[in-house]
Amino acid sequence: MSTLTESPLAPSTAVYDFTLPAGEPWLHEIKRGQTFRILDLEGNQAADTLFYNAHDPADRYSAQDTIREQAALYLTTGTKLMSTRGNVLLTITADTCGRHDTLGGACACESNMVRYAIEKRSMHACRDIFMRGIQEHRPEWDKRDITNNINFFMNVPVTPDGGLTFADGVSAAGRYVEMRAEMDVLCLMSNCPQLNNPCNGYNPTPVRLLIWD
Amino acid sequence: MSAIDPSLVRFQEVVPPGANWSHVLKRGTTLRITDVEGGVNVSALMYNFELLCERLNLPDTLKCQHIARLTKGHCLYTDMGRILVSITEDTCGWHDPIAGCSNAKSVREKYGVKRYQEARNEWHKNAHDNFLWELGKYGMGERDLAMNINFFSKVTVDGDGRMAFQPGNSQAGAYVDLRSEMNTLVILNTCVHPLDPTPVYAPKPTHLTIFTSPPQAPDDYCRNSRPENERGFILTERYFL
Repeated sequence: MSTLTESPLAPSTAVYDFTLPAGEPWLHEIKRGQTFRILDLEGNQAADTLFYNAHDPADRYSAQDTIREQAALYLTTGTKLMSTRGNVLLTITADTCGRHDTLGGACACESNMVRYAIEKRSMHACRDIFMRGIQEHRPEWDKRDITNNINFFMNVPVTPDGGLTFADGVSAAGRYVEMRAEMDVLCLMSNCPQLNNPCNGYNPTPVRLLIWD
Repeated sequence: MSAIDPSLVRFQEVVPPGANWSHVLKRGTTLRITDVEGGVNVSALMYNFELLCERLNLPDTLKCQHIARLTKGHCLYTDMGRILVSITEDTCGWHDPIAGCSNAKSVREKYGVKRYQEARNEWHKNAHDNFLWELGKYGMGERDLAMNINFFSKVTVDGDGRMAFQPGNSQAGAYVDLRSEMNTLVILNTCVHPLDPTPVYAPKPTHLTIFTSPPQAPDDYCRNSRPENERGFILTERYFL
């Protein structure tokens, strides 16, 4: 089902070009009609991502509405990223990775304690990064605004008998996913610092973020 | 344990088709949800009643137990690594954690418009709006919505990721027991599943029983089903120390 789609856009014409190190938050507005690219610079890097209607953030990305509307679990070219009110936030227009997860959620200190060992609590995690991101950039928000996210470049296959596995990444250095904003949206990203499983190849690396008008 | 010891029953209630229900399920009690007629869908959200921003987190629940369905032995986790409820009995076998809830648009497109003005109690309702009505009673709203469970419904995923609703998953009399491990605000409604292909609007009722949980034995099935759940129980018990 996953077909790879390349983009004609050249990085040299982008109006925004930023490299986000692993373990850090990023919040940025993407205007309606702009195209947003996330580039996996070194390969196998999970980019944990949330989107909000920029004019009314209570209307935000909904993982369940997104997968149900397309009747398919994985995100790729053609996927419409749906909001809780049933609006299309963005549409994926190019994808050289082929499959992105939205069921696995963000890593957290607390879930690391459950999944791996109670002693793992101090390790850096996406939900802390999301929290710091909103404390710094949207102090009027709180934890209720951290909802169930997209994991770009992450591969979380579900089996027909209802099992779930964390497989080796399908991404590689230079692969990217690109989407067109269908309304003015805010993007909140945590470039995943997880070291306990293969979602980052045990080596979290930067992602490059580009925007075209 | 199929029959509940009558001396343990606190109260029982029937939720009519398409209706809302909520309750703070106290630690040490169990909620049995029963499919009265067969084919019911019960959409549900859950919160820690003492800290409402701590809520059911289905991604954390699914990935720590490596599951994409819910049944006996599974635990429902918050974003804080704690267990809201554990599923101690289940005669259905599959409850859907992935497909989300019906909304006004999906109900209108599938079944047409039926307003209260004309239809009275037969009007068409949807789970998204029902959740918001019930959340509002606790001072909550749109920002408190999260991924929901659909009890008694089954949605499978094939190797390419395509999702399919499986009719006939639940028979009359099927039940699932949710043993509360924290004081859990349960918000639920009996709206139809968003992928149910039945062409007519036909939500079903559910019967609820709240009873005192039997003491947790050393060989408790949920706690011992995997090491992750043992750690989840430890973290939940620490919260009450």
